[in-house]
Order: sequence, then C-alpha cells, then structure tokens
Amino acid sequence: MNALPAPRVLHKDGRLLDDHWHVLRETEGYDHALPTLLPLATYLREDVSQRLGVWLAPGDDLQRLNERIPALPLIAIDFAKLADGRGYSLATLLRTRLQYLGELRAIGEVLVDQVFMLRRVGFSSFALRADQSIEVARAALTRYSNSYQTAADGELPAFRHRAAVAA
Amino acid sequence: MYRYDVIDRTLVAERVAEYRDQTRRFLAGELSEDEFRPLRLRNGLYVQRHAPMLRVAVPYGLLSASQLRALAHIARRYDRGYGHFTTRQNIQFNWIKLEDTPDILAELAEVEMHAIQTSGNCVRNITSDEFAGIAPDEIVDPRALAEILRQWSTFHPEFNWLPRKFKIAISGAREDRAATAFHDIGLYLLRAPNGELGFRVLVGGGMGRTPMVGSVIREFLPWQHMLTYVESILRVYNLHGRRDNIYKARIKILVKALGVQEFARQVEEDFALNLGGVSTITPQELDRVTAHFAPPPYETAPDEALSEHKEPAFRRWIERSVRAHRQQGYRAVVLSLKPTGIAPGDITAEQMERVADWAERYGFGELRVSHEQNLILPDVRVDHLHALWTEAKSAALATPNIGLLTDIVACPGGDFCSLANAKSIPIAEDIQRRFDDLDYLLDIGDINVNISGCMNSCGHHHVGHIGVLGVDKDGEEWYQVSIGGADGSALSRGRSAIGRIIGPSFRASEVPEVVARLVETYVQLREEGERFVDTVARAGLAPFKDNVYRGAVHAHERHPDASERPAAPQARRLEVAT
Repeated sequence: MNALPAPRVLHKDGRLLDDHWHVLRETEGYDHALPTLLPLATYLREDVSQRLGVWLAPGDDLQRLNERIPALPLIAIDFAKLADGRGYSLATLLRTRLQYLGELRAIGEVLVDQVFMLRRVGFSSFALRADQSIEVARAALTRYSNSYQTAADGELPAFRHRAAVAA
Repeated sequence: MYRYDVIDRTLVAERVAEYRDQTRRFLAGELSEDEFRPLRLRNGLYVQRHAPMLRVAVPYGLLSASQLRALAHIARRYDRGYGHFTTRQNIQFNWIKLEDTPDILAELAEVEMHAIQTSGNCVRNITSDEFAGIAPDEIVDPRALAEILRQWSTFHPEFNWLPRKFKIAISGAREDRAATAFHDIGLYLLRAPNGELGFRVLVGGGMGRTPMVGSVIREFLPWQHMLTYVESILRVYNLHGRRDNIYKARIKILVKALGVQEFARQVEEDFALNLGGVSTITPQELDRVTAHFAPPPYETAPDEALSEHKEPAFRRWIERSVRAHRQQGYRAVVLSLKPTGIAPGDITAEQMERVADWAERYGFGELRVSHEQNLILPDVRVDHLHALWTEAKSAALATPNIGLLTDIVACPGGDFCSLANAKSIPIAEDIQRRFDDLDYLLDIGDINVNISGCMNSCGHHHVGHIGVLGVDKDGEEWYQVSIGGADGSALSRGRSAIGRIIGPSFRASEVPEVVARLVETYVQLREEGERFVDTVARAGLAPFKDNVYRGAVHAHERHPDASERPAAPQARRLEVAT
C-alpha cells in the first residue's frame, strides 16, 4: 500500500529541489546505493558515505554527531509534531555552535507558514506535504523585510541596522 | 512613549498581510482547523464560549490617547461597545467575528498596535511597573529595556514554539509592582555599588496549577547582556522543557526538576558562548530607545496637600486613587474600573474616549494599564485634580476603592472563557454588593482579593490576600478559598508568597459570606497598623478557618465527588453572621 504522496522539497531560495533522499523511519535494511537519511543511532554505526545523511529526532543529542559533521552531505531535523519547537534550537546550534555548513532540511510536520522562521534558524530546505501550496510557501519565505533579532541566518538585529543608518 | 519607525511599521504591516492570508486560507478550507489554531493563537485570537476573543497587546501597559480612541472605535464597530483590560495589561474584545480580525489588525496597525504573541506557546506581552518613569521610589526606568526586550522577542524564530507560554516581567523600583517573582523570567533592575546598571534575574516563578515563587539565578547581570542571557534561558527551556504533559510544561517545572543550581549552570554554559555577540545591547541603542521615554514638558505647578479639602468625597478619592509623583506639583491618578456591578477591568467605548480626552487635557496624552485592571493617568497637575475628579465621577470612573476589598482582580471566567471551570464575574459582584459600606471598606483597609475561574489563574488568585478559585466538582461550580498570598508589592509588604487554602470549597452563593467571615476575623484579631495580610502572617490560618467553618458550614468538609452528591442547597447555606 502506498503511503502519502512524497513531499516536495523547497529550497530556501524558492527553487523546488529534485532530489531523492529517502527518509528511513525504521531500522530495517536499506539500499546502500540510494541516498538515504538514517536515524542518528543507525547513522553513527555506518561508515562515512556521500550517500548517507542523518535525520535528527527532536530529543537527539547533537554532541553525538559532532565529529561526523564535516562529512555530512545533508542533515534533516524531524518535526514530529507541528508544535514541537526543539528543532528550531537544534538547527540554531548546528549552524552557530557546531559550524555545520551543509544542507539542513526540515522534515515531518512542516507547515508552509513556518518556512520563514525555519529559514532564519538555519534550514536551507523544507520537505512540504504534497497538498501544501508551493506558491504560499514561496511568499512566506520572503514575508518579512526586517528582523528585530539575529538568528542563525546571520542577519543583524534591527538595532544595528538602525545604528548604521543613523551613523 | 515608544513610537514606531519604518522598521516597526513595516513589520506590523507585513504581519497583518500574513494573518489576512492565513485567515483567507482557513475560510477557504485550505488550512485545517488544527493547522490554523496555533497560527491564530499567536495572534491573540481565541475561540471562546460565545464568539472569538481578540487580545490586543499593550506593551508594558503603556497607551497613548489616540490608541485608546482606536480601541474605543474597535469596541464599537466590531464588538459590543466595550473591552476588558487584563491582568497582563492587555485588552480583550469578547465578541469578535473571525472574518473581521484582519481588518481590526489593520486598524490597530495604524495606531502602532498589534496582537502579536498575545497568546500561544511563545514569549507573551512583557509586563512592567504601571508607575514606571514617574514613581518616586524608582531606581531605574524599566521602559526602554522593556521595549528592547519586546522587539527582540517579537517573531524570535527560535522561540516561537516553546513547550508552553512564556511570561517576562521587568521592574525597576524599590517596590516591585510587576510581581517579578511570579513570572517565567523576572528581571529586577538595580545598580551595583559602583553605579553599574544591571538586573537580578529570577526564573521559574508562576501561578497556574503549580504556583511557585521564582528563584534567583543571577544576582547581577550587566544590562548589555539582557538579550543574550534571556536567549540562553529560553534555549535551555526550549530544548529540555517537558512537552509530554501540558500541565508540566512551564519552565518552573524544568527548574524544579533540574534544581536551580543545575539549571543556572546550563544557562551560564550557553551564555558563555553567546557573550559579546551581535545581540549585546549597545549604549547607542539604549540611548535611542530611552529618548522615546524622556520626561514630558512638566510645568511649574503649585503643590498642595489636599488632605484638608472641604469636600469629604473628594478627600476620600484623593486618599485612595491618587499616587505620589516624582515631579513636584503632579500626581498619578488611578481610574477605578471596579464599580460594583461591572465586570472588573471592563470599560465602555464612551469611557475610553473620555479617558483619552482627559489624558490629553490633564496630561501629555499618555496613560497606563495596571495589572490590577485599572487605568492610570500618569501626569495630572495637583490643581487639576478636582476638575478631573468631577469628570471621572460623571463617567463612573471615580469609585474611591483602589486597593480596597472591592477593587477585585478577576478573569472573565465561565461567562466568556471556554477554559474556565466556574464563573468569576458574578462572584466579584456578589462580594462587592456584600461590602457596600464605604466606611467599613476603609476600616478594613488595603487588601487584595483575586478571583480566577480555573487553575490557569488569570485572576492571580494565588497571590490574593484572599484568593478565590473556581473548581469543577462533578459538573458543578465550587470555589476554593485561600488566604495569605502576596504579590511582592508594598500592599503585600514586599513579600512574595502563595496563598494557603483554608479548607473545603464553597458554593457560589456562600463566597460573599466566607469573605465576610475572613474579614471579620481580621477585624477582631488585628493589632495596631496591621493589614489583613499581616494578621494572617502573624496569627496563621487557624482562627480564620475556625470562624469560616463554624456552624452550618461543617457539612462542606464532606466534599461532593462523583459518588456523593451534595444535599439540598438550603442545607448547605451559610448562616449569616450577626
């Protein structure tokens, strides 16, 4: 039986990505030849490979991933529930503390209305449910012209822009 | 007060557009109810018993006359002609149509107002001292830092989906009028011995199901680091706060589970990595925002004591409703929103417009909302007080009961709120009617009575000197009574304490008599100069309890539960004390 239609992946610059990363939800076998995102514990048992990425659950400890970070082609963070905001802090820490520079993808319960803030905390792509509007998501990505505070996107707080204008 | 620049205006306008689109998609069936709920909640829109309720933010309780007029217009055009001021210094409209909310927000944006983050599991409206900038006992005016914190917390992308709601209060006077000990974060501004400005930081205070007094996690935090430090607190909470049980999701539960020391250690560890980042507040930014709160152009005004005034009613009003001011010749005036028979905090559109006029005529066009749900005119010349009093009387805003038993704090309760277990407003009214003798009220003196319709404690019953909590027992409304709560203000002698429950609950009809018996006990036991709350602290619960539960009340010690229905109501009525 087929599950839900595959999500479409939107890049933060508005492009739809045509990639084939498969999210392995169970710990059963998988095809090493296909690009696969593994749960953290499974990933840590594997050798480094460009075909293997990791997906993090909201409660995962980032420190366990630390040494493997430079080798990772893609990290996904799973939003098990819309309201579970731990992924926003995980993304922030990956970008600002662990210096992860590769692709960071939001998967799971991701609403088009959240992509602006997801982008700000460092996500570079969003796996959107097939029934969600790509146009609404694109509009949401650029909804706000200014931000009061800094975040993992490196945007300066508004008060520093104000100071620059005043100077 | 703070005025928007192009950045603030653009941000609020973009929010209106975003919300308008979200509402459109919901009404068109493109967004499910489950998806729309957290989005509308982050914009202050609740679905209540009768109609949606819209909560509008009043940042740290500061309003301009033109903003109040806009609120009056909204009350009249989109609601039933009145609004309700809350214990978080915000205003709520209880009869709103969902389809109208985008237009309401657009009208609010024109007067630099919004409903951003007035609900939902995010950082809520930051509350502060309603006498900020004018109080004689102020150490540092907290408003500029409150505004800086407001901006930082607005749409903070990392902290918009916290385990639970998050409330911050900031206070900078000797008297803590912002109940900082009862907030998720309490920031208490002070100066170090060398004159350096900073905060004492409290965390994990709160009311609700598990009331707690906050714990100090930093004795002194230099002001520049306010945002980076708060960020670290929120990050530890966001990552580790419980999400499996809504009743254990507030930060206080995490602080208690980890222990204050361990929680503080984790915060400090994160903060060490944040220190000196671009969120560090610059002196230039503090100066820029502080300039918005510069003192108004006070005039040299005659200052006279009015305690000898020939009109006793005016003297009484002066005694209860007028507060000292830093500026010679000026006073702050508290307009009572607690006349008997009106829901505490309710105000009509006409009253709002009149208050807005007075704010301009007898001040500099500004006013404040207190967390006790009254309005304040902050800058009234002493020689204008009599004229203002005359007008306020004609608008039913001069009840001389500020700080007295009838100045009751109450949530909207079961009449409006879908979370409530029981009604609050009729209980407040019944108590007010029972205490209709002003001389007796004055004799009882300063006392806080707080009523909440459920454990969410929006009526702050935990800190009431007398607290009343609505509880559901087998589908019926009952009321649990506590005494000895204290919110940290001067009225509570600077103490912060959770009230103690006196015993089994009461029926609604019995509550006024219970309050009467508690007060009677105080009047019998009080020593010279003691307030109700002092007598409770000295004499303990027992004499109050004994007096309340004497006679016919004993039946209440057997609680009705699922298997035991109460006997006929008459049998459970209290005997009226003689």
